[in-house]
Amino acid sequence: MFINFFYLLKREGVPVSITEWMTLMEALSKGMAASSLTSFYYLARAILVKSETNFDKYDLAFSKYFQGIETPAQISDQVLNWLENSLPPLDMNIDLEERLKYQLENLDLNELKKTFEERLKEQKAEHHGGSKWVGTGGTSPFGHSGYHPGGIRVGGASLRRSAVKVAGERKYYEFRGDETLGVRQFEVALRKLRQFTTRLEGPKDLLDLDTTISETCNNAGKLKLVWTRPSKNSVKVILLMDSGGSMGPYYRLCNQLFTAVNKTTQFKSMEIYYFHNCVYDQLYLTPTCRQSESIKTEEFLRTHNSDHKLIFVGDATMAPSELTEVNGIIDWGMTNDEPGLTWLERLAHHFPHNVWLNPVAETYWESSSSYTIQLIKKVFPMFELTVDGLEQAVKKLKVRQ
Amino acid sequence: MTTNFSRFEGTEDYIVSEDLRNSVNVAVALSKPLLLKGEPGTGKTLLAQSIAKALGLQLIIWNIKSTTKAQDGLYVYDTVQRLYDTQFGNKDVSDIKQYIKLGKLGEAFTSEQQVVLLIDEIDKADLEFPNDLLWELDVMNFHIPETSETITAKNRPIVIITSNAEKELPDPFLRRCIFHYISFPEADMMEQIIKVHYPDLENTLLNEALKAFYWIRSQHNLHKKPSTSELLDWVQALSAGGISPDHIYQELPFLGTLLKKNQDFDTILRRVHNRGTGENQQTGTRIFRNW
Ligand SMILES: Nc1ncnc2c1ncn2[C@@H]1O[C@H](COP(=O)(O)OP(=O)(O)O)[C@@H](O)[C@H]1O
Ligand SMILES: [Mg+2]
Repeated sequence: MFINFFYLLKREGVPVSITEWMTLMEALSKGMAASSLTSFYYLARAILVKSETNFDKYDLAFSKYFQGIETPAQISDQVLNWLENSLPPLDMNIDLEERLKYQLENLDLNELKKTFEERLKEQKAEHHGGSKWVGTGGTSPFGHSGYHPGGIRVGGASLRRSAVKVAGERKYYEFRGDETLGVRQFEVALRKLRQFTTRLEGPKDLLDLDTTISETCNNAGKLKLVWTRPSKNSVKVILLMDSGGSMGPYYRLCNQLFTAVNKTTQFKSMEIYYFHNCVYDQLYLTPTCRQSESIKTEEFLRTHNSDHKLIFVGDATMAPSELTEVNGIIDWGMTNDEPGLTWLERLAHHFPHNVWLNPVAETYWESSSSYTIQLIKKVFPMFELTVDGLEQAVKKLKVRQ
Repeated sequence: MTTNFSRFEGTEDYIVSEDLRNSVNVAVALSKPLLLKGEPGTGKTLLAQSIAKALGLQLIIWNIKSTTKAQDGLYVYDTVQRLYDTQFGNKDVSDIKQYIKLGKLGEAFTSEQQVVLLIDEIDKADLEFPNDLLWELDVMNFHIPETSETITAKNRPIVIITSNAEKELPDPFLRRCIFHYISFPEADMMEQIIKVHYPDLENTLLNEALKAFYWIRSQHNLHKKPSTSELLDWVQALSAGGISPDHIYQELPFLGTLLKKNQDFDTILRRVHNRGTGENQQTGTRIFRNW
């Protein structure tokens, strides 16, 4: 049954709803796929898939479901020739439409494939019109330009870039973002991190109702309007992200947070810096941690006052010496005059609103192999990098440590 | 069965891909809002104009800002004016109608002719904004309690909604839309777009500019990648400035036209400098490649 495509989409992780499926059925009943699998590919995608991050999953499902449909058992050139001579489309009456809709809903694709191959074998001559044979302009589900809504295109303009091939190209692979849901959840959590103030610059164009009422009363009932500035979010955020090798497994998770933070336009300012395992005298501007794109931590501290909220993101997992010893820095050929922990304490002291988000599950934090986590946890309030953890962290960020 | 609706075929000043054209026609035929997503400069706003032009319909634009509320699109009741008038005016303040001002959606509903309604940059608004519009977009009417009036669409407008993908949109809203993602144009499509605007541009200049443009876009960590609009300004500057094509890729003249953020400007200058020495050859792969 055609409905299996719906379930296959769901299984591949495309969040399709019945509402959307019904819309697709309506579109098909209006003849909008023009009986071509390529049109169907785009039509169904436009109706069923609402984010480019799910296009790849759609492509996968489509390839699986329609596998081989367009090139069953090597269509011979002769068959293609027949199909090229199209008849004008049939003028369909309602009855027929209803019938076709019924057929569509009850179409078994494997059966369709099998029948198609059989008919190809049976069919010896060119055929136009009618409802059984492969040809053009009829109501058989095979061939093109016909009006079988579930029809299979076996020729026509888009032969060279068949829908299944388009799907097979998977050109939306890079857009894949299994994390989209997470991003929105992170965003919602981050929204709670706000602090409204009206003491910023800008025109006073908001009616201050309470003051207006009391002023008008004071004015013996004669209206006196009082205007105020709309309140603005005054929160400034600094994100310091570990981009070291051990963070690899958490790439997706961190990327979600990164995306959410970047999308949150409500902060007064938002800056991101990177480090490798621990912060020393340099902070990097890019996750590749290159010398040529870095700033001195001292300068960073000088140019950022203490009202910024500091969010660390890292697994806090490293050799203890990286935290506790002079020259413990992991990067080859680099030195540090002060232990990493001293730098972390300095940052925590400078920015009293601080938290550390850790992608490592909390259950591992107390294990004996997580010594460095325990050390860092003494300096920063630490939370799991999950939606819940972020919510708690946001609460913590509102108060001075 | 042939469906009865006007078909959008495109206009000569807008380059439209075939599947985008199909999506437009599907949305029109099914009377569903068309949600267009894509980075800035991919021609989302312009598409709405092109549709209106091609179908000979009026275009009503509702520009969404971070402070826009769904209510603004329906109507606003100017209570302050009314309050003022009770005190100082000589108008009949009991006639509330004169203080009701229809918003863009209201305008679209009351228009005698079918219109194209563009809700531009919906993602700028609050996260819940799209949900607040669901009902009105579905039933195509709304009620004004102050005047006990119901505004019903005389003609269902063609609704085009754009998003720069700054925020995810809520699911119930998405379920009701036809969705189209406009990918950033590849070089050959971009060439066509530029030619629409500057038909007389010299080919070598155009090719060099495109090469430099896509090189810049491939660099990772830009705060804002240059888009079509900036490219159009840039080729105009290059052409007007009489820049010789073989200097374009090497020297990136008028770079400020392409990159508006100082940090990006510096990043690119540094990388142009390193380009020759072979130090910094990598192009923009995933941001977290080295984690
Ligand atoms: N397909 C296109 N055809 C013609 N011009 C285009 C096209 N896409 C973009 N442009 C040019 O790029 C500019 C930006 O397009 P716009 O519609 O404002 O983008 P968006 O709304 O997606 O940010 C337009 O003014 C137009 O000059
Ligand atoms: Mg726009």
